[in-house]
Amino acid sequence: MAEEGQEHPISTYLWVWLLLFVLSAFSYAVDYVGFQGFTRWTLVLLFMFLKAYFICAVFMHMVWERMALVLGLFIPTFAIVVFIGIMGFESDYTQLSRKVFFDTGKPPTVYAVPHSKEHSKDHSGDEAH
Amino acid sequence: MSATSKVPLKDGMEGFVSDWASDQRAFKGVPWGKAMMWIFLLSDTFIFSIFLISYMTARWSTVEPWPNTSEVFALTVNGVSVPLLLIAIMTFILITSSGTMAMAVRSGYQKKRKQAAALLYLTAILGLSFVGMQAFEWSKLIEEGIRPWENPFGARQFGSIFFMVTGFHGFHVSVGVIFLFITARKVLRGDYDTGRRGFFTWQKGRYEIIETMGLYWHFVDLVWVFIFAFFYLW
Repeated sequence: MAEEGQEHPISTYLWVWLLLFVLSAFSYAVDYVGFQGFTRWTLVLLFMFLKAYFICAVFMHMVWERMALVLGLFIPTFAIVVFIGIMGFESDYTQLSRKVFFDTGKPPTVYAVPHSKEHSKDHSGDEAH
Repeated sequence: MSATSKVPLKDGMEGFVSDWASDQRAFKGVPWGKAMMWIFLLSDTFIFSIFLISYMTARWSTVEPWPNTSEVFALTVNGVSVPLLLIAIMTFILITSSGTMAMAVRSGYQKKRKQAAALLYLTAILGLSFVGMQAFEWSKLIEEGIRPWENPFGARQFGSIFFMVTGFHGFHVSVGVIFLFITARKVLRGDYDTGRRGFFTWQKGRYEIIETMGLYWHFVDLVWVFIFAFFYLW
């Protein structure tokens, strides 16, 4: 087999491009409509993985590459999944110890609301930081 | 032609086993530059994963409320506050630049020199506008009091994670823009037709270089997909 480049019809690229636009619009709409909780996370992850798949598969030509390259790149990423699991467990534990040992019993800090009048009064043009 | 051209290559999983077990090059049928770019991108995947995992750890372990990104990154247009407007525009620009990049690769293989160069310049300019908008976003947030060590809206890790993750991504975009301009100039000058040697490696380039360049650029877009989902939308 010659070392050949990846050449595909322009319509393939344009369709995927359009699809990525639509998927991005959907994931933006998740925030705009204001879904919260489980619905929000599911939709965000769904659109994210779909976009990532189409970029990898078509724009980066993964579906046309040999299995040796595809799996050589895909299998190592499972180490990331393991790492996410480990650090998820770790952060749960850290938060628990913070709550148990560092809870001062004082009322919680009140934070500014972005773009509110109170906040702009405090921070716009404030060079004191 | 590769050294193994006399033996027909197997496809699918059988091909995977025989390629890796061939006691030769594992990545058959791809130019070495492309295989190396893929391996670099795999290592870069790990770097960005570590950034995003540290973000997850910070956010899950803090006892302070996390700032509402929908409000922090809102833009006010005609008196109406639109959530994440700038980020959405940046996302669409990056996807558009990925599309023009994919088409530049195609034009390159078809030896349409001027078309490929034009598409590469367009990709570079779109990338440049992305970096410009990011600079605008950074300066706006800095003006609102967000610092790596504190911010008025909630958990203090927010600032350091934001500047680190988007900064590293912006750096990748900037490097990509520089290389896109270099590649575009080489294509336009006809370096890959005449076999003119590169100024740094002193090697003759081929149109495959556009595909390798494209892999990097699509990867930058890919990383943005994850940052957009986890940092801005979560």
